Amino acid sequence: MKVLVPVKRVVDYNVKVRVKSDQTGVDIANVKMSMNPFDEIAVEEATRLKEKGVATEVIAVSCGVAQSQETLRTAMAIGADRAALIQTDVELQPLAVAKLLKAIVDKEQPQLVILGKQAIDDDANQTGQMLAALLGWSQATFASKVEVSGDTATVTREIDGGLETLSLKLPAIITTDLRLNEPRYVTLPNIMKAKKKQLDVFTPEDLGVDVTPRLKTLKVAEPPARSAGIVVPDVATLVEKLKNEAKVI
Amino acid sequence: MTILVIAEHDNAQLKGATLNTVAAAQKIGGDVHILVAGSGAQAVADQAAKAAGVSKVLLADAPYLAEGLAENVADQVLAVAKDYSHILFASTASGKNIAPRVAALLDVAQISDIIAVESADTFQRPIYAGNAIATVQSADAVKVLTVRTTAFDALSAEGGSAAVETLTAAADAGLSSFVGREVAKSDRPELAGAAVVVSGGRGLGSAENFKMLEPLADKLGAALGASRAAVDAGYAPNDWQVGQTGKIVAPQLYVAIGISGAIQHLAGMKDSKVIVAINKDAEAPIFGVADYGLVADLFQAVPELVELL
Repeated sequence: MKVLVPVKRVVDYNVKVRVKSDQTGVDIANVKMSMNPFDEIAVEEATRLKEKGVATEVIAVSCGVAQSQETLRTAMAIGADRAALIQTDVELQPLAVAKLLKAIVDKEQPQLVILGKQAIDDDANQTGQMLAALLGWSQATFASKVEVSGDTATVTREIDGGLETLSLKLPAIITTDLRLNEPRYVTLPNIMKAKKKQLDVFTPEDLGVDVTPRLKTLKVAEPPARSAGIVVPDVATLVEKLKNEAKVI
Repeated sequence: MTILVIAEHDNAQLKGATLNTVAAAQKIGGDVHILVAGSGAQAVADQAAKAAGVSKVLLADAPYLAEGLAENVADQVLAVAKDYSHILFASTASGKNIAPRVAALLDVAQISDIIAVESADTFQRPIYAGNAIATVQSADAVKVLTVRTTAFDALSAEGGSAAVETLTAAADAGLSSFVGREVAKSDRPELAGAAVVVSGGRGLGSAENFKMLEPLADKLGAALGASRAAVDAGYAPNDWQVGQTGKIVAPQLYVAIGISGAIQHLAGMKDSKVIVAINKDAEAPIFGVADYGLVADLFQAVPELVELL
């Protein structure tokens, strides 16, 4: 079966972003960009399904600016067989991305779509669930274990307070949590091979999808700063301060 | 304007997160209704009817609604959605799972994890691991929102007297089924709602050493938390993780022990009222947000702290 893996190009997780002084957004000019960490886990899982003989082909998809091609090359260096970029300079919100992905799913007919549970820039945690809704498919979010056999997927999910296991009818949508797997490092030979793999480029117009943003960002501001704290010399002083100054114990 | 809040529950008990979500609904203004979708969940509906600020409770009861499967609960919400201007979920594992499915079925955008209500269509939410706060306006007819529960004080569970109306349950979607659940039993307060949280990081060194936080948590009546490093190393269970990708907490007192304070961890706890950090590295970023910092070896400081409390 085919597996589709959407990936997103985001500000690297180690970068501490700064808000622009005119409050229109965060400054991402000249900042290191990488594949969203949850998407790396998704590509790794799809690649492992292929190595187990469950998946026959893994297709990576990204929606966004032209530079997202680099992210797709990384996905192919991990193990994706080919890639598609839906190129646009419009700011894409999760509903628009879900609609673009639905168009690709309609074209490619995968049995499984594996996404990251959230992107670390907008922290929305919506796209996978929205895609499942648009397709009328089953969903298992925050997956920490995936087993596919026949036409069902058995997925263990991380929930508040523990774990739960669901059985999904395929085709299905799965979103990855941190502990699903440890993504492999890409090797130089695989990076070279990935350069030769097929990468198709579409536009939202090609797919007939309206990507106009539905939400308007009025302002982006710095979070309120905490007032500077103090360093205490010993445990006794700490207890004294918590009791008499902060009055929290 | 009528607002629908989707109840969090386990078919016996209404979860506290629902009351925080009702508080956010009241800030938007208008009548607040609660939907309880479950199986044998009459008791939950009765509790919801008693909550302050709730004017009506809708109860949908069917065996296939028992486990909160996203496909079935989303269809149930959709069946009543046309009567509402806003549909609110708590930003918990369950709310985050279902809300976007509802939004897409209604063809509206969803706003995740709101921390403030500016008006009926404008909300604040954190982005980039809490390093920026975006003010977002929705032009959609129905606003689907998830609510960061720590940002809104829960309304009282008593004092209301709403009527409970029983709905005909929407049909079973039949797309997925529940297999099993492993929920860790704990006598400690629930992490997300605790007044005091004691969290450990990689500095603890092992799962055995992590246990030394237990007497401290007992003395403080605290919930135990952990950094991602501690969870990944197997010192603590997954659901203890505090951070961008784990739980978001905002207790009165947060004690970070052996935690360096990576951006992703700070995203989950920097709205705590008082932060205490114990770390032997004076340069650790955690001291940048701590109200009280102690540069010391935690293996000496923690037992001493337990002694003095």
